[in-house]
Amino acid sequence: MADQALRKAPLAGRHGGSAGARVTPAGPATRLSLRAGTDALGALSAAFGLTLPTRPKTSASANGRHALWLGPDEWLLIDENGADLMAAAASSGVLHSATDVSHRNTAVLVSGPQAAGAIASACPLDLGNAIFPVGAAARTVLGKIEIVLLRTGEDDYRVECWRSFSPYTFGLLAEGAEDVGL
Amino acid sequence: MLLIYCPYCEEERSELEFRHGGDAHIARPTNMADITDEEFQEFFFLRDNPKGLIFERWRHIHGCGRFFNAARDTVSDKFVMSYKAGEPKPDLSGNAPATEKTVETYEATEGTAK
Amino acid sequence: MSGANRIAGQGRLTPARTARFTFDGKTYQALEGDTVASALLANGVHLVGRSFKYHRPRGILSAGPEEPNALIDVSRDAARRQPNVRAPVQEVFDGMKVESQNRWPSLSFDIGGINNLLSPFFAAGFYYKTFMWPKAAWEKVYEPFIRKAAGLGVAPTEEDPDHYASRYAYCDVLVAGGGVAGLSAALAAAETGARVILCDEQPEVGGALHYDTSVTIDGQSGYAWAQATAAKLKAMENVTVLTRTTAFGYYNHNFVALVERVTDHLARPDKKLPRERMWQVRAKRVILATGSIERHMVFANNDRPGIMLASAARTYLNHFGVAVGRKVGVYTASDSAYEAAFDLKRAGVTIAAIVDNRDKPGEAVLAEARKLGIEVLVGHSVVDTKGKLRVSSISVARNGGGSARAIPVDALLMSAGWTPSVHLFSQSRGKVAYDAASGRFLPGTYAQDCLSVGSCNGTDGLQATIEESLAAGELMARATGNEGGGKVELRGENAFEWTGGMAGAGEGAGVDTTVKAFVDFQNDVCAKDIRLAVREGMHSIEHIKRFTTNGMATDQGKLSNIHGLAIASEVLNREIPKIGLTTFRAPYTPVTFGTLISHSRGDLFDPARKTPLHAWEEAQGAVFEDVGNWKRAWYYPRSGETMHDAVNRECRTVRNAAGVFDASTLGKIEVVGPDAAEFLNLMYTNAWDTLKPGRCRYGIMLREDGFVYDDGVVGRLAEDRFHVTTTTGGAPRVMNHMEDYLQTEFPHLKVWLTSTTEQWAVIAVQGPKAREIIEPLVEGIDISNEAFPHMSVREGKICGVPTRLFRMSFTGEAGFEVNVPADYGQSVLEAIWARAEPLGACAYGTETMHVLRAEKGYIIVGQDTDGTVTPHDASLSWAVSKKKTDFVGIRGLKRPDLVKEGRKQLVGLLTKDPNVVLEEGAQIVADPNEPKPMKMLGHVTSSYWSENCGRSIAMALVAGGQARLGQTLYVPMPDRTIAVEVSDMVFIDKEGARLNG
Repeated sequence: MADQALRKAPLAGRHGGSAGARVTPAGPATRLSLRAGTDALGALSAAFGLTLPTRPKTSASANGRHALWLGPDEWLLIDENGADLMAAAASSGVLHSATDVSHRNTAVLVSGPQAAGAIASACPLDLGNAIFPVGAAARTVLGKIEIVLLRTGEDDYRVECWRSFSPYTFGLLAEGAEDVGL
Repeated sequence: MLLIYCPYCEEERSELEFRHGGDAHIARPTNMADITDEEFQEFFFLRDNPKGLIFERWRHIHGCGRFFNAARDTVSDKFVMSYKAGEPKPDLSGNAPATEKTVETYEATEGTAK
Repeated sequence: MSGANRIAGQGRLTPARTARFTFDGKTYQALEGDTVASALLANGVHLVGRSFKYHRPRGILSAGPEEPNALIDVSRDAARRQPNVRAPVQEVFDGMKVESQNRWPSLSFDIGGINNLLSPFFAAGFYYKTFMWPKAAWEKVYEPFIRKAAGLGVAPTEEDPDHYASRYAYCDVLVAGGGVAGLSAALAAAETGARVILCDEQPEVGGALHYDTSVTIDGQSGYAWAQATAAKLKAMENVTVLTRTTAFGYYNHNFVALVERVTDHLARPDKKLPRERMWQVRAKRVILATGSIERHMVFANNDRPGIMLASAARTYLNHFGVAVGRKVGVYTASDSAYEAAFDLKRAGVTIAAIVDNRDKPGEAVLAEARKLGIEVLVGHSVVDTKGKLRVSSISVARNGGGSARAIPVDALLMSAGWTPSVHLFSQSRGKVAYDAASGRFLPGTYAQDCLSVGSCNGTDGLQATIEESLAAGELMARATGNEGGGKVELRGENAFEWTGGMAGAGEGAGVDTTVKAFVDFQNDVCAKDIRLAVREGMHSIEHIKRFTTNGMATDQGKLSNIHGLAIASEVLNREIPKIGLTTFRAPYTPVTFGTLISHSRGDLFDPARKTPLHAWEEAQGAVFEDVGNWKRAWYYPRSGETMHDAVNRECRTVRNAAGVFDASTLGKIEVVGPDAAEFLNLMYTNAWDTLKPGRCRYGIMLREDGFVYDDGVVGRLAEDRFHVTTTTGGAPRVMNHMEDYLQTEFPHLKVWLTSTTEQWAVIAVQGPKAREIIEPLVEGIDISNEAFPHMSVREGKICGVPTRLFRMSFTGEAGFEVNVPADYGQSVLEAIWARAEPLGACAYGTETMHVLRAEKGYIIVGQDTDGTVTPHDASLSWAVSKKKTDFVGIRGLKRPDLVKEGRKQLVGLLTKDPNVVLEEGAQIVADPNEPKPMKMLGHVTSSYWSENCGRSIAMALVAGGQARLGQTLYVPMPDRTIAVEVSDMVFIDKEGARLNG
């Protein structure tokens, strides 16, 4: 029998940023692209143990599990503890589409008093407190690529991007973080 | 750079998140295989290029991912409104688009020079 | 000493804080806060450059960004060097090197000055007329000559070592301009709690308060009030104050671009600092408080060094403490210039005379001039000047004739009144309106949510400006929903209200066609040139502008546009608004490429997408090629191998043993839902409801017009789940295409799409030993030929991790594509390689993949098709369902042109000489001896040396190709004509036996 294959994260070993905004790769997580109609939300929420948000630009979080509203029938589920989200979805018993994207995405964490400024170096979203409060989430762009942005705390953001774009994401955020740290 | 109201996200977002999708309210015939050459030409090839109000499709491709429709004035680039895909074409006949004299065009100046 | 012309007790700079810089190799001392212009003037240097066309000596005209003359080359070191810097804008830093431009061998003796003597030959339109004939000479003689002589400054040749930053920002109210108007507006807006950004191009706010020392606001001197107000604003959490920041572009929907100059004024900037920072501001409301720019007077030889704008001289005196001369004349059509004379006089400078071309100057300034003992010549004009490298005297004559009197001066200040800075308003697509009473273009019809306040809005008078600005600031802030604060009140007082102003040429501009009365200094356009343009038939301002180049220099006619219009208006005898005003374009002042690019350089220029297997490929010595943004392993040369050798070896090895290939970049889309098969039926030409779970099918996707859009293998994982693959380059557009149909045409279908391109690392193992290689690594899947035939898919495990294992082939060999979650890709590949290598397999790249698929006649969409190829043209009719009643493209396929005989069809080509490899893109003809233009039958789409066939092979699109099998055609090349035979497209294993091995 062959040896068990080892996992290699795309951003392993990177660090960057400034005192104003630290930029670090997030640890591995399980992720699900969830698609469903409104009539399935109750059962799916129960299955995930999270009330799936239905308002634009919002999210729900509990115990390291996040459900981000991406579109009117689309959510990104992230479980930082690596729980089997596919199994949870399957247990709902209602019509939906669940696709495992755990390895498609990776995430960069931006933290610090100037974190929003670092992200604003390349992201055209309005990140003001009133309009993008803690818990806000949106798919948007960063420089030339698409990202999903989640504000996890007052000074903390999670930037999800596709795997091959992660060095670009990291580099851009690190440059932005250096500029706001001056 | 435009600021576009997404009817699904219920707010204005930067043009960078959107992709233009051509004219709105051109329904694909349900009897596609049977239409005549003329009908196909009308459906697929022929488009107006109005100066003024246009109904067009946008996709919030780097946002909620949804296609929607918008009414825009091609002269001022102002959006009159945007609305969800599938909703009927609004009657904006009372909403006269801004007319603007284009100042610096070859045609305009040629006209004057003659 | 920081310059002999520095006057003790004048100005706001600190005498003890000095900086040294060189100008044309000579060292000068400046004070901290000086601009290059103020420092040179302090040192008595007026001659700073040569003009663009005539190489006339030029000095410093202004104290702001409108400067057309004093363009200099500023450098820190060889790489940090910038030409065409405006001397009144560039702050001096210790150690800076400044050089003059457009002169040789030296500034004071410039050979190019001959152009001035030859100027009768260089009238407006000279180039258009002179270099018309002979035609051939344009390319060989005229253009190279003109190019060499043309242009200002020298571009640096080294890479820019600085970095640049960028920031998106949102606010309720953006205020452009930090003078009295801008500060008042920002203050009123900020008090409501609104998010406010205030930007100003100068190092400190204040605008006109830099020179206008007669102003007091709330009892403070104007300048002190400005600094205190800025400090107050900066301390507010809801306000951002950006100095050294120019709002250079006003775009749609209140999107305004600012450039902040961060280090250009610092002697030893922190390396971490960006040189400049671009702010892309989206403002709910914009307040334009951009002020106005003083115009020069148009008269003969008005360009000599020492002749400058009156407000500039006032700035140099009152802010920088520099007297621009010792015996100064004034030529004006506006009261404003009088105040310059008063300030200089009080500072001890002799005022030779004030020449006022009006008959009735403002009474208050006239009285003050008399009180100060200054001679005022009312109803007079300056008709000429003298002085080689600096003005030495002016000739003054009474208007309407009479003899001229010479007055010696060493500087001449001038003012023709003030032009409101409507540039940003115009960029916002607002329409300016001509105000005949004041002779100004003012903001007329607004196109966006903005307001102009202060002098850019034509508001005269200090208190009126303050009140208008406060009201606008509050109005705009309230309009965006801010309810805090109360009314702000400010009281401003100043010495004089100004009247007057003129546009066009005065008496001194002459009617003579040789008089040089400059309208546009930067492009050397004189009043006579505009008259000539009109005489030659240019009657609209757009034509006059292009014929004379008036206003087309980098200053965009900040000084010259109105004069040019007025002269044209006079000659044409038509009112100014009938001549028109050209639209102002961004940028307001020149912006560096570095700023526009900001972070998009080096590694961040464009994302370089690397697959999860990239590091392994690098370790194996792969050479990479760019495929879109992807870096794909192209071939794996071993020591001493050329690309040709490596590809031949890889091609042989795959067919004889096996090869391992990275197919991770292929687009992947998961199609899930009860209607998934029905949806795919509509998207692809094939039928999908008949495909059983566990099986795969090659699919063709068309556009509605019937042309091939993409292709790929689709695997059915379950009744309601398909794994769709697309071409590498097609992934995003195929996804968008499918979403488009799903959302807008077939929204009733219960199916959803998810891009999974990057979820999976894909390791293709191809060749007769492929099964032997992977078999021991796979768990839970019977991969025997019987249980797992060609075009099958199963889910199971490999190396202990989940896999979607495909039995498929793009080589014609029996093969597998191992999909594993991306992070496991490299580890699984290493395990596969550990088995593959001892079995004689190789790693192969995209080049070998291309050759192997061509040997089998498999097409590549985008290479063998070009958006005008139908499935039938590509010999893929078998993949088009005859039974389905609808799919995208079904009707397009029946269009008359698409079913016509003689369409270009894909065929194989075999060169008569097997060693000749055709060039891709080469044209194909039937008769190589036909006279040109020959009838082209088509072109070569793919062409390779096939080591396995022992000869060259090619694919081509040829008119009526399938009917030409066996025919000889020709490929004419520059050096020879190559004979080819039309063949089918399968060059190896025509029966396909190897696929099932």
